[in-house]
Amino acid sequence: MSDRVAQLVDELHGVCRDVGRRIQVMEVCGTHTVAIFRTGIRSLLPANLRLVSGPGCPVCVTAQRHIDAALELAGRPGVMLATYGDMLRVPGRSGSLERLRATGAQVQVVNSARTALDVARANPQRPVVFLGVGFETTAPATAATVLEADRDRVENFSVLMCHKLVVPAMQALLDAGDVPLDGFLAPGHVSVIIGAQAYQPIVVKHRRPVVVAGFEPEQIVRGLLALVRQVAEGRAAVENVYPGVVTADGNRVALELLRRVFVVADAPWRELGVIPQSGLELTAAYRRFDALQRFELALGEDEGHPLCRCGEVITGKAEPSECPAFATACDPLNPIGPCMVSSEGTCAAWYKYNRVQGSGGGGQGAGGRGQGPGAQRVPEGQR
Amino acid sequence: MTSVKPGLGHDRIVIAHGGGGELMGRLIREHLLPPLRNERLAALTDSAVLPWPGGELVFTTDSYVVTPLEFPGGDIGRLAVAGTVNDLAVMGAEPVALSLGLILEEGLPLAVLDRIVASIAGAAREAGVEVVTGDTKVIERGAGAADSARGLFINTAGVGRMRRGVQLGLRRVAVGDVILVNGPIAEHGLAVMSVRSGIEFESTLRSDVAPLNGLIRDILATGADVKFLRDATRGGIAGVLADICAASQRSVEIVEAHVPLSTTARHAAEMLGLDPLTVANEGKCIMVAAAGDAERVLAACRGNPLGRGAALIGRITDAAPPLVELITRVGGRRVVQRPYGEELPRIC
Repeated sequence: MSDRVAQLVDELHGVCRDVGRRIQVMEVCGTHTVAIFRTGIRSLLPANLRLVSGPGCPVCVTAQRHIDAALELAGRPGVMLATYGDMLRVPGRSGSLERLRATGAQVQVVNSARTALDVARANPQRPVVFLGVGFETTAPATAATVLEADRDRVENFSVLMCHKLVVPAMQALLDAGDVPLDGFLAPGHVSVIIGAQAYQPIVVKHRRPVVVAGFEPEQIVRGLLALVRQVAEGRAAVENVYPGVVTADGNRVALELLRRVFVVADAPWRELGVIPQSGLELTAAYRRFDALQRFELALGEDEGHPLCRCGEVITGKAEPSECPAFATACDPLNPIGPCMVSSEGTCAAWYKYNRVQGSGGGGQGAGGRGQGPGAQRVPEGQR
Repeated sequence: MTSVKPGLGHDRIVIAHGGGGELMGRLIREHLLPPLRNERLAALTDSAVLPWPGGELVFTTDSYVVTPLEFPGGDIGRLAVAGTVNDLAVMGAEPVALSLGLILEEGLPLAVLDRIVASIAGAAREAGVEVVTGDTKVIERGAGAADSARGLFINTAGVGRMRRGVQLGLRRVAVGDVILVNGPIAEHGLAVMSVRSGIEFESTLRSDVAPLNGLIRDILATGADVKFLRDATRGGIAGVLADICAASQRSVEIVEAHVPLSTTARHAAEMLGLDPLTVANEGKCIMVAAAGDAERVLAACRGNPLGRGAALIGRITDAAPPLVELITRVGGRRVVQRPYGEELPRIC
C-alpha cells in the first residue's frame, strides 16, 4: 500500500474511533462512487464510517419524462438524435434509445455537444437534436455550442435541455431531512466550474461540512479525513482539499457562458420530482434551439417501475442490495432503473465491484470477499 | 418504436450484443449453440481442434468491423491477420494459412483499400503465414445517415498445425499457478476510442495489435509448464480472468500494482471513465503457468520484442467462493467482473 494513503487511512480510523458513533457522509458524485469502489478504498474504511451515494450521476437523475421525450423525437421520421453514450440504455416508458436504434432510428453517440453540432452541419436537411444532459461540467459546453449554432445559423440543430445543478439537489435532500447526513464529499469536476464557495448555503443554512476532493485514492481519503475531523470537532465549513484545481470562485468563463445562454428553472429529477431552481433552460434569446419548443412537444409524467428503488438509492436512503430488483430483475443487461445503466450509477458500481453481499450488519458493501458473515455471491442463475 | 419494456430482455440485436461480454455470451448460448449443437463448437475455445492425419488441425475464424479503419498503431487489415493468428497461437498451434474475405462498401477509396491490403501482407509476413484463398464482395453504401459509411469489413479464417506435446486448457489450471501478461494492457481499446471520440492523448497511445505466434513459440520452446493461454481482446483481461475463474472454479487474485499499464493509458481510461482491465487488447496474452516456471516464462517473454513489458500479475488461489479479486494500489480489495457488453464512455 502506498505509505501516504496507509497513513491517511490510519488517521481516518483514529478519528472515527474517537467519534464513536456512526458517521454517515454522502459522496455526491458518481465518479467518486466508482473511484471509491474501483480503488478498493471502500474495503479500507472504518466500520462506523458509512458512505452513501448521492444524486451526482447525471444519467441517473435524468427524469424519465426527458428520456420519453428523447425517444419520441428520435422516433420521428428524419430526426437524428445525438447523445452521450451512457444515455443509450436508460429505460423510458417504451424502451431505450439503444433499442430504438436497433429498430432503425437515427441515434448517434457523441462525446461532446460540439460533435452533435458537427453532425447537424453535415446533415443540413435533417433536424438534429442533442440530448443535453449533465451538471455544471457539461452545461458550459452545451452553452458554447448553442452560441456557435446561433452565430453560424445552424437552424436544424436543437437541444433537449436536461441540464441540472448540483447544489440545489444537495439542499433538497437536507430540506427533506429523511436521510441523516453528517456531511458531503463534494465533486471535484463540478467544483472546478462552480467553485468551492458555491457550497456555502449548505454550510450556513444546514450546518453540514462540505469537502471538495479530487478522484485519486489519496485525495479521496484526504477528503474523508477532513470531513470526519470537522464532524469530530463539531464544525461545518467548506474545505477544499483539491487546491490548484478547484478555486473558491470557479471558472469565470464557464459561469459566464451559463449565465449568457441559460436561466435557472425548476427541473424534474428522476424519482425525486421537481426540485425548485435546480435545472437550466435556454434564455429567450436562444429558445429557438429548444427541442421541446421546436417540435411542439410537452413533457409527460414519470411512471416509476414498481420494483425500482433508484430514487432511494440516489438519495442515500437505500443501498442497492436493499432493492428487491438488484441483480435479479435488474442488471446491466436489462436495467430497470438508470442507476444500473450508467457506468457511474450506484447500482452499476455495486454490481460491478461489490456483488458479494454481506448478510446484513451495517450493510456497507466493502468490495471484497468475506466482508461480513456469510458473504455470498449472487448465484449465476439469478443474473 | 420498440415494444420491448425495460427489464424484459431483447427481441432485436443491439450493439451491446457484440461487446464480448455477458450479453454476447447469452446470445451465443441461447441462439447459436442449440441449433448448431456439436461437441467441438460447444467447447467455445478460440479455435476448434480437429483430428488430422499425422496430428491435429486447428481451425478458427473471426470478423473485423472496427471503425475507424485506420488508427494509431494499426488498421483493420493488421487486426484481421493478428486476431486470427492469435486465436490459433493461444491454442498451442503453429498458424499455417489464412483466408481473406473482404466486404467493401460502395465509395471506399481504392487508396485506402491498397493501404489496408499492404498492411495485411505485412502482418502476414510478420506472422509467417500466407493468405491462400479469398473472396471479395461489394455492398451498397449504407442508406441514411452520411456517417453510416463504414467502408470495409473483413473476415479471416485460419488453419494451424497443433504442436506436439503441448497441453493447454483450463482444466489444467490449479491452485498456486501464476498468471502473467506479456505487456501493458488496454492500449488497443483506448487508442481506437480516443480517435473515435476526438480526444487526443498527445498521440502516444497506440494500438498494441500484433501477431503473437512468435512470442508464444518462444514461450512454449522453453518447455515451461504453461497451462493456459488466451489473447485478451474484447472484454479485456477481466474477461479472460473471469473465464479462468468460471471454468476452473478457482479464485484468481490479481495485484493492481503489478499489472502493466502506461501512464497515458491510465489517464485516458480515467478520462473516459473506463476500467483498464475491461478494455480491449489486440497483442496481449494472459498466461497461466506452474509457479516454479514463472521466471522461465518471463525470461522468454522479455527476450521477444512483444513481451518486453511482461509481468507476473497474480495467482490462482483456493479462496471460496471462486471470484476474481483485485488487490488495489492502496491495499484495498475489490471484485473484478466480466464486462457485460460494450463499455460506454461516461458523460463527465
